[in-house]
Amino acid sequence: MKNLTALKQPLLVSAWFMFLTFPLMVIRVNTIENVVEWRWRNMIWVGTASFLLTFLWRYLSDRREAARKEAERTEDHEQTLGRFLAGRPEVGRYLSVGAMILALIFPFVFSTYQTNIMATALMYAVLGLGLNIVVGQAGLLNLGYVAFYAAGAYSYALLNHHFGIGFWTALPVGAVVGALFGILLGFPVLRLRGDYLAIVTLGFGEITRLVLENWNDFSFGPSGISNIPRPGFFGIALDIRGATIYLYFLVLLLCLATVFIVNRLQNSRIGRAWIAIREDETASQAMGIDGTKTKLTAFALGAFWAGMVGVIFAAKTTFINPASFTFLESAMILSIVVLGGIGSIPGIITAALFLILVPEYLRAFSNYRMLIFGSVMVLMMLFRPQGIVAGARRTYTFRRRKSGPELERG
Amino acid sequence: MEYFLELFAGGLTRGSIYALIALGYTMVYGIIELINFAHGEIYMIGAFTALIVSSVLAMSGMSGVSALVLASIVAVVYASAYGFTVEKIAYKPLRRAPRLSPLISAIGMSIFLQNYVLLAQTPDFLPFPNLLPELPLPEAFGNIIGSTELIILLTTAVIMGGLTLVIKFTKMGKAMRATAQDRDMAMLVGINVNRVISNTFVIGSALAAVGGILIASHVGRVNFFIGFIAGIKAFTAAVLGGIGSIPGAVLGGLVLGLTESFATGYVSSDYEDVFAFALLIVILILRPTGLLGRAAAPKV
Amino acid sequence: MSMEPVLQVRGLTMTFGGLRALDNVDLHVEREEIVALVGPNGAGKTTFFNCITGIYPPASGDIFLAPPGGKRRRINGLKMHTVTEHGMARTFQNIHIFPAMTVLENVMVGRHCRTSSGLLGAVLRGAGTLREEEGIVNKSYEILETVGLDASVNELAINLPYGAQRRLEIARAVATDPFLLLLDEPAAGMNPQETKELEGLIRQIRNGKKISILLIEHDMKLVMSISDRLCVMDYGEKIAEGTPAEIRGNPIVIEAYLGEDPDA
Repeated sequence: MKNLTALKQPLLVSAWFMFLTFPLMVIRVNTIENVVEWRWRNMIWVGTASFLLTFLWRYLSDRREAARKEAERTEDHEQTLGRFLAGRPEVGRYLSVGAMILALIFPFVFSTYQTNIMATALMYAVLGLGLNIVVGQAGLLNLGYVAFYAAGAYSYALLNHHFGIGFWTALPVGAVVGALFGILLGFPVLRLRGDYLAIVTLGFGEITRLVLENWNDFSFGPSGISNIPRPGFFGIALDIRGATIYLYFLVLLLCLATVFIVNRLQNSRIGRAWIAIREDETASQAMGIDGTKTKLTAFALGAFWAGMVGVIFAAKTTFINPASFTFLESAMILSIVVLGGIGSIPGIITAALFLILVPEYLRAFSNYRMLIFGSVMVLMMLFRPQGIVAGARRTYTFRRRKSGPELERG
Repeated sequence: MEYFLELFAGGLTRGSIYALIALGYTMVYGIIELINFAHGEIYMIGAFTALIVSSVLAMSGMSGVSALVLASIVAVVYASAYGFTVEKIAYKPLRRAPRLSPLISAIGMSIFLQNYVLLAQTPDFLPFPNLLPELPLPEAFGNIIGSTELIILLTTAVIMGGLTLVIKFTKMGKAMRATAQDRDMAMLVGINVNRVISNTFVIGSALAAVGGILIASHVGRVNFFIGFIAGIKAFTAAVLGGIGSIPGAVLGGLVLGLTESFATGYVSSDYEDVFAFALLIVILILRPTGLLGRAAAPKV
Repeated sequence: MSMEPVLQVRGLTMTFGGLRALDNVDLHVEREEIVALVGPNGAGKTTFFNCITGIYPPASGDIFLAPPGGKRRRINGLKMHTVTEHGMARTFQNIHIFPAMTVLENVMVGRHCRTSSGLLGAVLRGAGTLREEEGIVNKSYEILETVGLDASVNELAINLPYGAQRRLEIARAVATDPFLLLLDEPAAGMNPQETKELEGLIRQIRNGKKISILLIEHDMKLVMSISDRLCVMDYGEKIAEGTPAEIRGNPIVIEAYLGEDPDA
């Protein structure tokens, strides 16, 4: 009898979802041949899956509740992976050395194709880290990040097409163009409340794409720009494999530099100001932080990074068109940040590798890629808002001296 | 002059549909201060369901007004059910979470629903049967406004009138207004806030479905992605009028529809969507509270 | 040498859509003075704080800030962060800490406007930046010692008990090196023991750091014992001003608190 009541809710949920998905999942009309296809098997799938998922859902909800109660009772927070790593720097060091060695030998062990995919994944890691400055640190939800990425890519493509400007000159130029776009947009809109900012940046991203698509004289429209040269290597001509490996190391280097810089920013005066604004804007201003200026710095810095990666993207694919810069691209970079854990460097890199490599290697999944992105974003917010690896704050130790407290170095 | 009137009528038609969808945004925002990103997808699901049902009916020999009514009812019921479910899954557990969490969850929901329809149905555009009856209009009149457009205008006007009455005079409407003003206070005086929020999603979704059916009959085709652009435009309309304000959503929808219609008619049709987004940015910069919105002093 | 008041407010008026929240309020704070702003709920005390710190622009009136030994400056219409830079810091009635930062970092944020290293400094970490950073850490730690939170520097601020969060807010405000500190109901929600410690802390800040204090407080026992002077507000107007002894017997004040026991 008791078992029956426990099953009642999952059965109801499963019935509800079978009802809900009925017209879209079961019926398919072919309007050309005028036939209706009834896919009853899908209904069984939905019913079974939602029945089973109810248990998982309930388990996760219970766990979340329990964790919250536990935190209230002991006034202590759960041992997160981030805290664990922060408490044991040697573990983190081994992990990074291991990852570094793997990254260095990767192109020599794996094929050109795989090296290329890995370079893409690292590129997204850099984009994620750049967006993290804006969303994770300063708390500004930017849904049009792809616009700055496009600005960088088109800077290189157009400068090269018209003036024959090379990759190395275009790299800083693209970054600066990205940052200028960031300032141009950020200056008027950063006063807006968080969710308005999200929608304005989304609109800006779409405007950028639509302009690129329609302004044929400037951007060559939907057909895009091809024959963009790969970066030169001291004037030596490289074959495809050589060029791929070279690009891979270039992206790896950029990734390392980004990690270094983001890491230093996190525990700096300006990094603290960003977090303060994210946590409580009024209080941060009462503490003497110039909100507009500080937000603009974060926004422009994020755009700078996007511009730089844009140049690399153009050089890597040798062809760009507006279709590469849709809202879904912004959403994907955002889900890297969210999935990785807002403000956590190792988390974001892990998430980028995961989100790019998994669909690449599990072909069966590639159709479901966006579906999975969407669900991951929802589920992470519900059950693990801190991400895979929660960011941990730096801790300080002091020792007493006669002259006063002194910061212990270490 | 006739061209002007034609654009005007076209703008009003467009605008009244934006207004229908904008109402869902504005009502939800008014109550839980969330930009319901998935609202555009509810509209798309409404249109899709209507397409499927009417096609099945047509193949079994039923057509005309009765098929239209039946398909519309099914579509409205389904859209409401989706709106209700989305709220329960993706937003309700996040009521007390930091502001960005439900917003990110909403974006995730929107991406999920788009791709769900893409995978369950088709990535291609499907032709939508025009089920709206042909009204016998006098010729001079018919040059300016088509029969379909007139029906759209009349339907939205009736629905908005009905909604205003519901919100002004029914018990549920009063509970909704009370919850929008102060959720905690409403809870204290015994209003079932969870039910009010659910109702808001259901009503908003039903309106979106009606908008979906009307626009699909007007444009004549549907795919999984139509909700994205329509959603952003409707949101623009809501912001334009002052988010949280119901007359504001209607006014915003009409202003946006007319702006688009005249801009594409007199300037260039290549940049149709750019005008809407540009208008959104300009409005938010110049008057973030919208045309009819009230400025709220920061709570300190 | 005549002592100029550190804060001089004249004829401050503020309206919200026709409603007069502040009506022609005059108020001044002398150097190293503790002034309390009291009055029933809704009298306009917090609005007064919000007006002089730049959250709301006042409809009319003058606000002057004069650092001890420095030049007097009109601060009407300045942004909040500039006001803090000029030397007036504040706390909030409903706690506004940075929950996901550690206790120490909360206070370090207070040093923001007294330090200057930027993006390049943060990335290159030159000698200047390192020195500045060490100064920030040490100074913040010292202030935390003053408010008695030095044992929990590395805790996340959200995990502190309520009373400690209030003290953290004070520490953070002190870190901005103000000469005038505005405290908005610092004792709210504190038990008698905590309130007593708070009184000691406020005195210590005034005596040790030579900071003048203007506070809003409902705890009359605390107000009467700590303040040099009281200003009483009701319906947006200042209705009385004087030493605690003068205010205690003032019939206007008793009437304003009608129903509210001033000793409660």
